[in-house]
Amino acid sequence: MQKEIIIAGFGGQGVLFGGQVVAYAAMDAGKEVTWFPSYGPEMRGGTANCTVVIADDEIGSPLVKNPPLAIALNLPSFDKYEGLLQKGGTLVVNQSMVDRGAKRDDINVLLVPCNEIAEEIGDKRLTNMVAVGALLTALPELSIQDVERALAAHLPERHKNLLPKNYEALKSGFEAAKRSNQQAVFSKQ
Amino acid sequence: MTREMWEGNQAIAEAAVRAGLEAYFGYPITPQTEVLEYLSRRMPELGRTFVQAESELGAINMVYGAACAGVRVMSTSSSPGVSLMMEGLSYIAGTEIPAVLVNVMRGGPGLGNIAPSQSDYNQAVHGGGHGDYYPIVLAPASVQEAVDLMALSFDLAEKYRSICMMIMDGSIGQMMEPINMPEMRPVQRKDWDWATNGRMGKRERHVLTSIYLDPYEEEKTNLRLLERLQQVQANEVRYKEYFLDDAEFVVIGFGTAGRVSLSAVRAAREQGIKVGLLRPVTVSPFPHKVVDELVKRIQGFLVVEMNTGQMLEDVRLSVKGRAPVEFYGRPGGVVPFPDEVLAEIKRVASSRLSLEANPRDAWFERMMAMK
Repeated sequence: MQKEIIIAGFGGQGVLFGGQVVAYAAMDAGKEVTWFPSYGPEMRGGTANCTVVIADDEIGSPLVKNPPLAIALNLPSFDKYEGLLQKGGTLVVNQSMVDRGAKRDDINVLLVPCNEIAEEIGDKRLTNMVAVGALLTALPELSIQDVERALAAHLPERHKNLLPKNYEALKSGFEAAKRSNQQAVFSKQ
Repeated sequence: MTREMWEGNQAIAEAAVRAGLEAYFGYPITPQTEVLEYLSRRMPELGRTFVQAESELGAINMVYGAACAGVRVMSTSSSPGVSLMMEGLSYIAGTEIPAVLVNVMRGGPGLGNIAPSQSDYNQAVHGGGHGDYYPIVLAPASVQEAVDLMALSFDLAEKYRSICMMIMDGSIGQMMEPINMPEMRPVQRKDWDWATNGRMGKRERHVLTSIYLDPYEEEKTNLRLLERLQQVQANEVRYKEYFLDDAEFVVIGFGTAGRVSLSAVRAAREQGIKVGLLRPVTVSPFPHKVVDELVKRIQGFLVVEMNTGQMLEDVRLSVKGRAPVEFYGRPGGVVPFPDEVLAEIKRVASSRLSLEANPRDAWFERMMAMK
């Protein structure tokens, strides 16, 4: 088994931490994992992305051109990764930040209003966790519980009070993605 | 032992601490700065020495001084910073004292960029500083391997009174992977029979110098350095091999180019191509012997590097024209994707290969045709 995930968005949206949470969960589940950030001269508001590779065996390339899984937290990332995704792959899109639907019909695009869901839970900064929750619908190797345990184990002590809201964000994202998926299947029929 | 997730730069910093690093001198430069940042907290916490020097030149000369006193010392930098250290490195080599240096390589020459690159292979392996000397050079391909080689670097440097340099490209410094961090080893300052650590009126003076005004004395020193290279060549070659048993073609790549090639080799295997991978872990000493053995039973080599073909020359030196050698490189801070290397493997496996062609020239032509 090997799965590659790209998480992309603006700097400040929690792109890198979102990837780290997935990486921690994979590590705790006994997998090999590589987390690789874009590390150019980055700044808040600029673009940021990271690649997470999860595998049973020694990981080769830390980078992937055509991932089977991706999260696009903003429109430029949606534009970029919709084109690059593997056929049959799943792209979680933060619907709150895009003004269009999917162009390709050979990939599974899950439109999830991550900002609104995060704000409903009570903290805009949970956007990334909503998206990670949505991603888990297409990543059966990791369960919501795996990611919850990873958060509990690796979130810095000063942020531990935010754990319940993070759990809620994961679950809400997961549920929203399932609904989005059903609608997509329904509209295709 | 439980695995922990570490970023490459911080991981090698902690690994050096656990290997008994007593003194660190450095200067910030991307993509290496996290080593410095980490040690600026960690070293004082343990009562050990950390100095952010005024420049790379200052840092390497502080390393020189501490190494003369026989303490475990290192510096880290990235390509332009390592160039600045070359004078000091040559003096360290000439003085025959152990020192460890990590180069988290980025695109060059000049200021270049901060993207991952393997452009400093020649500088590391074939000198860099002036004079006849041969550093030991290690090239990790993962965070775990970087951590393991960090401890080894000190042991090798001390064993051979040599510079041990670890070259890893920026991606290994910046990535996070789960690793087993070695146990903390106690600091053991050895009373080397060469160290200038204070004679306390009890022994003969130790003299450390890199100046030999008498050419015959310098010649002796040069030959001693060469003798150590031969010992290193005989004892310390390390490499990783993948799918070599029945391989008809072999990819050779170090560091990140090596692990990207692993993905490509696996994909080629799935398509029925009998290809293997040789990933040198020590690039100096270069694994000449294993290449020499492969020459006898394979149809061709493909060298993959993140530069314009630097290790390629060492591979050709091992092959000695007895088997075709092909090349694929991405210089400038570009990391190749596995599908590029896969396309090259397919090309090599399906074309009539020439013993005479210059692999770099042929690659250059293909690159220019694509642009």
